Amino acid sequence: MEKIWLTILAAGLLTFLTRLSFFVLLDHWQPPDALRRGLRYVPPAVLSAIIFPELLMRNGTFDFSLVNFRLLAGLVAVLVGWRTRNIFLTIAAGMAVLYALQWLIH
Amino acid sequence: MIGGMLAELPLLLGVAPFGMIYGVLALQAGIPRLPAQLMSSILFAGSAQFITTQLYGQNTPVLVMIVTAFVVNLRHALYSASLAPHVQKLSKPWQAILAYLLTDEAYAVAIMRYNHKGAERHTHWYFLGAGLALWSCWQLSTAVGIFLGAQIPAAWSLDFTLALTFIALVVPSLMDKPAVIAALSAGVTALAAYQLPYKLGLIAAALVGIAAGLWSEMKWKKSG
Repeated sequence: MEKIWLTILAAGLLTFLTRLSFFVLLDHWQPPDALRRGLRYVPPAVLSAIIFPELLMRNGTFDFSLVNFRLLAGLVAVLVGWRTRNIFLTIAAGMAVLYALQWLIH
Repeated sequence: MIGGMLAELPLLLGVAPFGMIYGVLALQAGIPRLPAQLMSSILFAGSAQFITTQLYGQNTPVLVMIVTAFVVNLRHALYSASLAPHVQKLSKPWQAILAYLLTDEAYAVAIMRYNHKGAERHTHWYFLGAGLALWSCWQLSTAVGIFLGAQIPAAWSLDFTLALTFIALVVPSLMDKPAVIAALSAGVTALAAYQLPYKLGLIAAALVGIAAGLWSEMKWKKSG
């Protein structure tokens, strides 16, 4: 119980400071170029680090096969996201494929 | 301020179901109602809340949850840097309020307005309106999700929306070769490091991805 409160408070504070960082810093300090450029790769790196295991690991083991429904649904979502750039459609397409596959097999 | 709220409305269509799903998953992961709701107020960051919920359900140590949420939210530093020139003249309390409200969706609306109209006159009110509309929607949809929580069976696979949401966010960020290399190397590292204790693989993979992106950018520039 204390675990979740501590996490919320600390992560909340860190997130607030991250969002505030350049508002305050830019007054006194010009960040080095490498830092700014490095920040550009944060979204693709962090998000992919979460996505890949979500799609490819099943119950702790690597599963690259046609019966891995989450992988198939995820690939369709990548395609829809790439074509439409619409978050809502991407999620809806992925869930629809997952449900359809689960329904077909059972 | 009303203008900002109106501009935010179409985005709320996507945010509301996301907030409800978060509420449902938080209860399924064993987080009590009050902290589940207050996480939406204090952390106020959908993707970080999803991953924290998942880690909590897997009994992850507190420090790892905090660092992971921090790394996932590091992209907000980008938004902060991008908006900073426009909010330099505002008072500290204004800056603090706008920073607290600075999410993916509020950023998207605010930066369009600033690029279009500049920082003149009442643009910070516009930003505030967009942020408040989103904030209210997030609190409400979380509450609905928590209310429904117990009635939604785990068989609905709602946890899969985490991966799908991140796919929707990552695809537009793959604008050039270094970004693609950053994404692929982070993904492969995350798989290879999956067995590391405490989900540390995620943080390691993120760092490898960022380094790979920077490296390929330098290499590309030199050769091109």
